[in-house]
Order: sequence, then structure tokens, then C-alpha cells
Amino acid sequence: MSDKKWPETWQEVNPGCMVMRPGSASEYHTGSWRAKRPFWDKVKCIKCGLCYIYCPEGCITEDADGFFEANLDYCKGCGICAKECWTGAIAMANEEG
Amino acid sequence: MGKRVGIEVAIAAAEAAALCRFDMAAVYPITPQSHVAEHLSDIVNDGRVDATFMTVESEHSALSAVIGAAGTGARVVTATSSQGLLYMSEVMPIASGMRLPIVMIVANRAVSSPINIWNDHSDIMPMRDTGWITFFSDNGQEAVDMVIQAYKVAENREVLLPVNIMMDGFQLTHMVEPLIMPDQEEVDRFLPPIVPYATLHPDKPVSMGTLAMPEIFSEAQKAKDVALVKSIRVIKEVWKEWEAQFGRKYEPVQTYRTEDADVALVTMGSMGETAEVAVDALRREGVKAGLIKIKLWRPFPFADLKNAVKGIRVLAVTDRAVSFGGPGGPVCSEIRSALYDEPARPAIVNYIIGLGGRDVQVEDFIAMVKKAAGGKLSEPYEFYGVRG
Amino acid sequence: MTTLTSSPKIIENFDLYAPKLVSRQEFFSPGHRACQGCAEALAIRLMCKALGKETVITNATGCMEVISSLYPTTAWNLPWIHVAFPNSAAVGSGVEAGLTSLRRKGRIPDKRVKSVAIGGDGGTMDIGLQALSGAMERGHDMLYVCFDNEAYMNTGIQRSSGTPFLASTTTAPAGKKIPGNQVWKKNVMEIMVAHNIPYVATASPAYPIDFMNKVKKAREVKGPAYIHCLVTCPTGWRSPSETSIQLGRLAYETGVFPIYEVEDGKYRFTLPLPVKRRPVGEYMKSQGRFRHVTPDQIKTIQERVDIEWEALMIKIESSRSRAEIREQLRK
Repeated sequence: MSDKKWPETWQEVNPGCMVMRPGSASEYHTGSWRAKRPFWDKVKCIKCGLCYIYCPEGCITEDADGFFEANLDYCKGCGICAKECWTGAIAMANEEG
Repeated sequence: MGKRVGIEVAIAAAEAAALCRFDMAAVYPITPQSHVAEHLSDIVNDGRVDATFMTVESEHSALSAVIGAAGTGARVVTATSSQGLLYMSEVMPIASGMRLPIVMIVANRAVSSPINIWNDHSDIMPMRDTGWITFFSDNGQEAVDMVIQAYKVAENREVLLPVNIMMDGFQLTHMVEPLIMPDQEEVDRFLPPIVPYATLHPDKPVSMGTLAMPEIFSEAQKAKDVALVKSIRVIKEVWKEWEAQFGRKYEPVQTYRTEDADVALVTMGSMGETAEVAVDALRREGVKAGLIKIKLWRPFPFADLKNAVKGIRVLAVTDRAVSFGGPGGPVCSEIRSALYDEPARPAIVNYIIGLGGRDVQVEDFIAMVKKAAGGKLSEPYEFYGVRG
Repeated sequence: MTTLTSSPKIIENFDLYAPKLVSRQEFFSPGHRACQGCAEALAIRLMCKALGKETVITNATGCMEVISSLYPTTAWNLPWIHVAFPNSAAVGSGVEAGLTSLRRKGRIPDKRVKSVAIGGDGGTMDIGLQALSGAMERGHDMLYVCFDNEAYMNTGIQRSSGTPFLASTTTAPAGKKIPGNQVWKKNVMEIMVAHNIPYVATASPAYPIDFMNKVKKAREVKGPAYIHCLVTCPTGWRSPSETSIQLGRLAYETGVFPIYEVEDGKYRFTLPLPVKRRPVGEYMKSQGRFRHVTPDQIKTIQERVDIEWEALMIKIESSRSRAEIREQLRK
């Protein structure tokens, strides 16, 4: 998190509007965009990792058991993971399931 | 100690950049800048400066490439004229907005159309609002000195703005003049290695050239404006240091015989030297003429100008460019604006002179002063010496 | 003829096989503002994984620049610079020149940092073509990747030279009199091959491993390299967001977007070829930008796709690398 309050004063703006904090876009949670979210069926999942590869947000991660899940702070609900899953282990549905 | 040499001014300007040990240069040739570009490549290809030299495919790419290199922390140089400067104009405010200490040498040349390769200031005037510090050199010595000074000003942590140095094309760039070329050792003492504010390097990633929403854009622009306005303090400090080390004095506004002047010419660029001769001739005739030479165009030296015009009755401002359909010459309109709120101010007349390489002689300056004595011309601005 | 990326003597073989072997490091962080289902954002993410940390990215104005760099944040975990629209190749070549000089003079660590310039089809094939040609021609150690979503998407889906025949865009719309874009897509790959640079390739995030291998290969080239990456834009193509990868696959399987590489002048396919190319109608049918296209027009497109495919096959079969030609001349 930046130590400057937003919005900054002209004295506080970084020279040239440079951003010195790599990856700080993650402060913005794009998860609020979605209508549906992915649900993984651990019976069908073969832990191949394709969903992780195809996520445009890069918000799908592997858990300790090798299964995958989407970080709901960022998941925009695009549905690519569900569409591309070879075994049909992912389904898009409303938040409640 | 420096060495007294007879040298073509364009070549000397390139030599001055070499003394500053630039790391990278990107140039596209255009008359009358080409000798600068060519000599920079001679310097690099002969191994006299360790730098990467890019013969880019356009001026837009020249400025773009030096921005990329400046972003990595390299000390850079480029040069252009006229159409080339206009072609890179999209990138000019980006260079200053990104606060990169780029130095550019401009061989001033008229802007088309009609096409004309000779000298006037119509190329730099459209760049007025792009946020670059701008020096005008009057002669070869000043061109050399200003290139070196430019790096010190640009790289100052409180400035971090690009600087361009004006040299009148052909009329200055192609003159062989006697001048003192500083030693490498002297320049190294004056100009330490560059310490960039931030660099493009994976060990410490930064993002440069980001997007500013309306919410923050105005703050960013004010910050840039304040930096440019305040840079005059650093410029004057650097000029003081220069005088202490090299013995040559620089001021944003230089006056010549204005202490008791009645009518003063105002010039910018190499015509100032011709005007000096005219002032001396007028004085011998008993006319109380004086001369004000502007060396610093941006940031505009308001305080220095106001000081310089005190007590003068008429200013005959000469412009080597015209703002078509506007208030006449850019220099004159800026001076009028600068003096508007002053309780006492001179009458101001405006001559547009020397467009597209038209020669302006001592006799012309004498005539301009005499005509200005009435404090008013028949028009708001006069195209001096134009037939018809 | 099926040819996988084999091991030429000059460039190492980087065969990744499984998604799980791919580096887990994210250089393009979530939180960026790309549309749902943006295949370009995915391609950027994958490209950065393949490039690794020792990279400087130069980005043209466009979707990716806008959605990733809203001050005071950035989605980039790599050094990144954006200057303007037509000049990412020029800026990138300046970055390369700066890094080369500073490394040689010992002012930055003595390790190879790759300059990579990226742009969309607009910033590469149209307004950016001059700068691209200059950078590639001058021989910089630089990779250029074009992310082609076939229109000026960021400004509102206007036609570019990458827009396919008859696609509807906002400046070449499917109107009552003129049905969309009236000319065939510009073949910028051939322009790049004509610059005689060591490595040129097409790729797609629908074939992520092939794409990442190509990026790694291009990174190793000590000179200019160019990758042309077709990326689905659900907003501009008017396609459902979940089909972005499927459409990339169909573009390949129909022959609309062949995936190949040209190394030292030699053309080769890098993926197993489809036994029989699928009809182009299958690719076009779920895209709203082709909604107005008639069966007759589809036939015209099919014929042209077939011609372009044959033209490419001739090059695949008969092209020889400069190295091979040199060998032959020496005999």
C-alpha cells in the first residue's frame, strides 16, 4: 500500500508519474466485476493446471493438494477456465453455487 | 585551461557533447543540423567517446530512442531542425512530462511551407509550451558552453527536465569561429557522472509513462510547471559555477549599453551580435540606443526582463518568427505579457525580421531603432524589409 | 508434413510439455483492468513468464498500456516504459542501446537484460510500422511482440490493417452498401521476414506452450526477433468471453491464422497440422463482427484462406535457411 493518501497533492505526485511499486495494481479488486464464478469438481479434476495457464488474470493458484482455485478478489468470471477444462471439472455458476 | 581553436560551430557543439561523455546518441539528419549528427558519429566511430550511436529512421524515432535510453539511466544527446523538430513534437511534451534529462541541439531553420532550409525561429516557437528548458546561443562559444551547462542543469535532482540549445542554422552552425574549447579534465570537474532519479532495470522495477486520470492529471501538470519555473534558480547557480570555473559569464537576459538607453532593441540568437554593432554605430551618432539579448527562453526570465527594461522608453522587439493571425512575434507577445502589470513600462514595437535566412544587416537595425523612436509603428507588428 | 520445433544448431531447444512445469512467478499482476476474457492480457502474462525477470518492457499506447498502468499503481512486476503510440519499437531500441552502453561501461551489473517492445496491431502494423522496420533493420538485440486483436480496440474497435476481410469495425462497418472491411489482412510476417532478421514467428495464447517456447527462443537470439500473436478480443470481435481460447484454436485449425516460424529464412510449422483444415465458417460463426457475412462471402473467404495456405506451404516446403544456402555455395 502507498504511504501517500489518495488523491495526492501536486507536491506528492511522483516525478513523471512514475510508479515505484511493481504489481501494485493488485490493490484493485476486479472480483467485483463478475456475474458468475468458477466452481471446481475435485472428482473430475485431473490437476493438469490448464485452468491456471489460461486465466487472463493469473488469479488461479494451486493448493497444497494440487487442486486449483480462483482468487475471488480478482476473478472476473470470464469463464475461460470452465470452457477449456478438459474433463469438465469446472462449472460457472452464481456466487451461492 | 581550454584551447583556443578555429572551428565550425556545429562541429564544436558536437565536440561539447563529446566532452560530456554521452552514453548514447540517436540522430536523423536534416539541413542545417547534419554536421552535428555527422560529427557525433565521427566521434563515436573513432572511439573517442564510448557510446551507442543510432542512425534512426526518423526524428520522431530519434527522440523516442533517446527517451528509452535516458530511461535506462544513460546520458543522451540528439539534434534536429525545423521539420524534424516538428516531427518529434508529439514526443517533446512526453520527454518533459516523464522528467528525463535529455539534451537536444537545435539548428534553427524555417518551417515549411514554402520549404526553406535557412535560418529563423519558426521551428522552436511551436515548442514553447512543451516544457523544455530552452537556451539561445549567440555565437560559437556560447553554443559550446551551453551544451555542457545543459547537462548539469537537466540532471539536477530539482530540475530533471530536458534542455534544448538553439543555434541559428547556417548563420551560426556553419560559421567557423574562434573559441575556447574546454579540456576534458575541466569538464569532468564541472559535470560529474549522471545519477538518474530512477532507471529501467530489473533489479528495481519501475513503471514510466503511466496513465493519469482526470483526478490526478492537473496535479501532475502543476508539478511539472513548478519544476520548470523553479529551474531558473538552478540555471543561474550553474551559470555562476561556470563563471567561477571557466571565466565566462551567462545571464538569462544580457544587456548592452542599456544603462541610459532611450530605445532598446531586443534580440534572441545570433543576430544579437549584429545588433551590438548597430548600437555602437547609433551611439556614435548620438542616439541613446541599447540592446537586450535574451539567452533563456524557457523558463521565461520574468524578473530579469523587468529589471533589464527599467528606465527604457521604447523597446524594439525583433522576432524571427510570427504567430500567424495572432499578436505578432512570439518574443514580443511574451514581453508585452510579462510587462503588462508593471506600473511603469516601455512602449513596445515589434519587427518580424530575418525569416527563412533573410539577411539582417547593421543598417537594418539602425533603421529599426530610428523608426521605433516614436514609440509606435503603423501596424501592431511589422514585417521589416518585406517588399510590397 | 508435421514438424515440431526441432533443435537447430544455433538456438537451443526449449520444450516445455506441461502447464505445471511453467514458472509460477506472475510478472503481470491481477488487478489489471482488461475486459473479462481478454486473450491479450493472457498472452502478456504468458510472455512475461517465458521472458523472466531480466527484461525491460516497452509498451505502445493501447489496451494493455492503459489497463495496466493507472497511476499510482502498475500491474507490471518488470521495468516498464510507455511513451507514445507509434514508437514502442523506437523506444525499445533506445532502451537496448542504453543498456548495452551502460553494461559495457560497467555502470549496470554485467548480465544480459533483454529489451522487449510490445504493441497492438495498430501500434505495430500501421502507425508503428516505420519504427518497427527501423528497429529490426538496425539489428538491435531486441524482441518485438505484436499482439494482434485485429482492430484499434482501445479507441473503440476501429479498422486496422490487421482487420480481416469483411469484419465489421466502427470505421469500416457492415453497412447497407459496403459490408465491412474491404481488403485482406496485411501480412506483416512477410514484411518482417524480408528484414532478414534471425527469428520471426506467429503464435497464439490458445497454444500457450508453443507461444512460451517461441518467446524463450526469441529471447536467446542475439539480434532482432519478431513474434506475431493473434489474440481474441471478446469486446471487439463480439464473442462470448469464455470462447477466447477456443476461437484462437479455431483460427489455427481453419488455417485462418497459421502458426509457424521462420528461422534464418527457413519456414517451418511448429504445431502438428490439422489432418484436414476446418471450414472457415466454423471460426466466424460465433463472432458478432462477422454476423452479416453471407454464405457466398464465406465461400470467397474460404477460397482466399486456401490460397494463402498453399502459398505458405510452398515456402514451408521449399525455403532454405541462409546457413544452408551458404553451405551449398561453399561446396
